[in-house]
Amino acid sequence: MRSDGSPSAPLGLKIAAAGGLLFLHLPILLIFVYAFTTEEKSFAWPPPGLTMQWFAVTWNRPDVWQALSLSVRVAAISTLVALVLGTLCAAAVSRTRFFGRETISLLVILPIALPGIITGIALRSAFSLAEIPFSFWTIVLGHATFCVVVVYNNAVARFRRTSGSMIEASMDLGADGFQTFRHVVLPNIATALLAGGMLAFALSFDEVIVTTFTAGQQQTLPIWMLEELIRPRQRPVTNVVAMVVVLVTLLPILVAYYLTRDGDQIAGSGK
Amino acid sequence: MTLTAAHAKPAPAVLPRGGGVRGALSDLFWRQPRLLLLLMLLPPVLWLGIVYIGSLFALLLQSFFSIDEFSGLINREFTLKTYGDLLQAANLDIILRTVTMAALVTFASAIIAFPIAYYAARYARGRWKALFYLGVMLPLWSSYLVKIYAWKLILAKEGILTWLLAKLHLLWLLDGWLSLPVVGGNSLSVSSTGTFIVFVYVWLPFMILPVQAALERVPGNLVEASSDLGASPGQTFRNVLFPLALPGIVAGSIFTFSLTLGDYIIPQIIGTSRLFIGQAVYSQQGTAGNIPLAAAFTVVPIVIMGFYLWGAKRMGAFDAL
Repeated sequence: MRSDGSPSAPLGLKIAAAGGLLFLHLPILLIFVYAFTTEEKSFAWPPPGLTMQWFAVTWNRPDVWQALSLSVRVAAISTLVALVLGTLCAAAVSRTRFFGRETISLLVILPIALPGIITGIALRSAFSLAEIPFSFWTIVLGHATFCVVVVYNNAVARFRRTSGSMIEASMDLGADGFQTFRHVVLPNIATALLAGGMLAFALSFDEVIVTTFTAGQQQTLPIWMLEELIRPRQRPVTNVVAMVVVLVTLLPILVAYYLTRDGDQIAGSGK
Repeated sequence: MTLTAAHAKPAPAVLPRGGGVRGALSDLFWRQPRLLLLLMLLPPVLWLGIVYIGSLFALLLQSFFSIDEFSGLINREFTLKTYGDLLQAANLDIILRTVTMAALVTFASAIIAFPIAYYAARYARGRWKALFYLGVMLPLWSSYLVKIYAWKLILAKEGILTWLLAKLHLLWLLDGWLSLPVVGGNSLSVSSTGTFIVFVYVWLPFMILPVQAALERVPGNLVEASSDLGASPGQTFRNVLFPLALPGIVAGSIFTFSLTLGDYIIPQIIGTSRLFIGQAVYSQQGTAGNIPLAAAFTVVPIVIMGFYLWGAKRMGAFDAL
């Protein structure tokens, strides 16, 4: 919405908007305070005292490290698969018009448009029908499926802004298809792919609903957290892990935002 | 940015022609663009088609099986009996409760989202605009479980909310609310009110973004013209802003509605023992081992969302996404 003079907003609107943003952010900030509390048994506020000891305790917990490592490996492989599939799909959809084009975009968006529990139980019943045992790869299979859409969204937005005449010019100058891809297309879409990859990583790293259906006995970090939420064992450790998770997911989002801020405005809209 | 990247390593104006297999392939793709298209589409379509659509069909198929009540084994014969089970009073209750919650959450999100989206679209400029954008994006992408955990801390009986209300001498208000029959409970973290608050919190960014996108497209002079013609701010909102923002609100409601319908973790951690659709699916397939009934339960949100999307498309909501 554009208007020439920039009028000042009515006070009521300012208060409502600021209140809404505070509502979104204060709960997350609270996590940072609880990571330092000395209280072990309850969620008492205000914290009776502050301490750093829980960071050391968490550092020495092998179960946390195992869950973290599994999460990182799953997210890395899923992101890689999603990057390849998402880019291919985006290139095909944005370069040409063909029969079924709308269906393809629907197919990509569907895994995220339908509630996660449907994706999860569908995959699980397929695994059980096909008698596939749960493994690292069953988790990746699920994650990659819904990560494709994030890469796809970012890549499609960038392809739309990339003018087709650049590709034609490259061909006119004698480059073959592969050279054009390497020297013209790739430099143009690289940052969009990086942003999409970051977001796909964050999405996979945080996913819990689909994972509960495809992981079997394995624990990713979100599954570990879920267990702690349902049956708390050591609350301070959960507090510290929660804070670390907030910080770890913050970074890719900020990077993705800076990579796509001029124009696309799409970085997160695929979640 | 893209230009500098291309200039960083200057390529010769005319590249040497690739020979051999590579050149032949390149020529082939040039002459047969359909072939290239097919090759590009094949991997993603195979992956999504087999892994995803295949699984959905497997699920749908299972909903037409039934479970043998004595042996607990799944009887693989076509039957509509499982869908009949869905109509039992207890199950209808679950469906009704979930849909009511989804509708309430959607309504509340729309009310909270509108001022944020409107301010960001009309008044925020430059640095403030970026700040608003990140201010919505960061909570959206923050860990889902951490957000729920944060609310467990806030809503706990000994938590910050009780403390704050005690400081304000408003505890009687909380106690009064908690003693109400449906919305109340022992403490906020085990009440439907708590479930509602957390749902609104977690899905709110999904509402803000499309509403803001819709409002960005409303020319500012339209609002000015309305007030020049003598409309009060309320009238301008009702007759100009709201109708133009509606596709955005509907687009956002697709997310809030669908996500609430399918969630089973929030009501499990913060809420009463009364089940939602997601929890019913989870317990049917897990502890009860009744996969056909679980599958039939998942068909409910799919059907509801199908109608919802159909209606939303007719209202032009997809252009606001």
